[in-house]
Amino acid sequence: MARTHITAVVNGDETEFLTEDGTSLLNALRDEVGLTGAKEGCGTGDCGTCSVMIDGKVTTSCLVFAPEAQGATILTVEGLADSGQLHPLQQCFLEGAALQCGICTPGFLIAAKALLDKNPDPTETEIRYALAGNLCRCTGYDKIVRAVQEAAREMRGQ
Amino acid sequence: MFAGATDVVPQLRAGRSAPEVLVDLKKIEELVSIAKDDDKWRVGAATPTANLTGDEAFSEEFPGLSEAAGLIGSDQIQNRSSLGGNLCNGSPAADSVPAMVVNGVRAVIAGPNGTRVLDVAEVVTGPGQTSLDMDEFIVEFEIDRMPERSGDAYLRMIPRTEMDIAVVGAGARVTLAEDGSIEEAIVALGAVAPTVVRVPQAESALIGNTVDDDTLSAVAEAASGVCNPIDDKRGTVAYRKQVAGVLAKRAVLIAIERAEQRNGTK
Repeated sequence: MARTHITAVVNGDETEFLTEDGTSLLNALRDEVGLTGAKEGCGTGDCGTCSVMIDGKVTTSCLVFAPEAQGATILTVEGLADSGQLHPLQQCFLEGAALQCGICTPGFLIAAKALLDKNPDPTETEIRYALAGNLCRCTGYDKIVRAVQEAAREMRGQ
Repeated sequence: MFAGATDVVPQLRAGRSAPEVLVDLKKIEELVSIAKDDDKWRVGAATPTANLTGDEAFSEEFPGLSEAAGLIGSDQIQNRSSLGGNLCNGSPAADSVPAMVVNGVRAVIAGPNGTRVLDVAEVVTGPGQTSLDMDEFIVEFEIDRMPERSGDAYLRMIPRTEMDIAVVGAGARVTLAEDGSIEEAIVALGAVAPTVVRVPQAESALIGNTVDDDTLSAVAEAASGVCNPIDDKRGTVAYRKQVAGVLAKRAVLIAIERAEQRNGTK
């Protein structure tokens, strides 16, 4: 099958890669771009482990065809830290032990980032709804929700 | 043809569909837009539902349809899912469809011979089946502006709080007469039959009356009566029938409350 040449801005860098048309953006990011933070859990958009932001909108990259990324701006978990300095969400997840096995963490971080971009001061209920598309089979969500609350406080400068 | 591909990709992966060519409709501007004039709203068929729920003017005028669209999946899905996809996927449990039916939404369908307009209620013919030809697709939805003294509502029952497929969905829209009685009523149910079903006996029980226990009982009885549901792990036939009656009543009450608010009487 012919491969398509894609140009996109990935985590701030102009990035080019070749992909087959039926390949998911998730697989292209992992196999062609070498960014393995986003992971495949279900492959059907239910678990959120492959969450990335495309043009500022969070979505499950397993349901996106790679050629759709042409010209897009993509943020994966690898783009959250700034010059080696962890993003407040990452720091709060670490300090609050909001992860155990870590498989779901990149997706939670991106979904939480998408929420805080829109709503810097979410209620617990808003956090839980915003993270409803992300499944965790270890921690049971409470620590994740608390870590997002703590990061939101820090990011608001409180 | 796909919009958000949130149903297409799982179907491809499950081997239920093997198209030779896939066409992404999202880059066609008309298909990803929301506009209104004095007569109607036009919602592009591939417009992400997050754009619709985020449109304050639309959501204020059609809270039931906006809420129904907002029930489709997670935030991740909301940024991709669309009314056109939710309809054409043909799921009997599609949340936006009963809400579109009660609002009399029309689909503008493009094909090799030009465009035609079809009521949303006529698009789906059975689970996974539509009346569209292979070379046709929905461009946009036309939604007549909400009349005075009118309101819509959509409720669904799922075993969880979020992220599940409707066991029952109920949409209602009412228009009140100047004396507060019900002038027009439309009730439609999802997930209880092969396609979304209208409930004409509930509608006739409401029209010309005010809401009291008798009319609400008639609505519930009629709603339970039209159900032809499946029996599965998420709900038995008896359960779905009973819940359909309860949700239809509640949706009617919410629609009436919204109609009264739009009338400024409350």
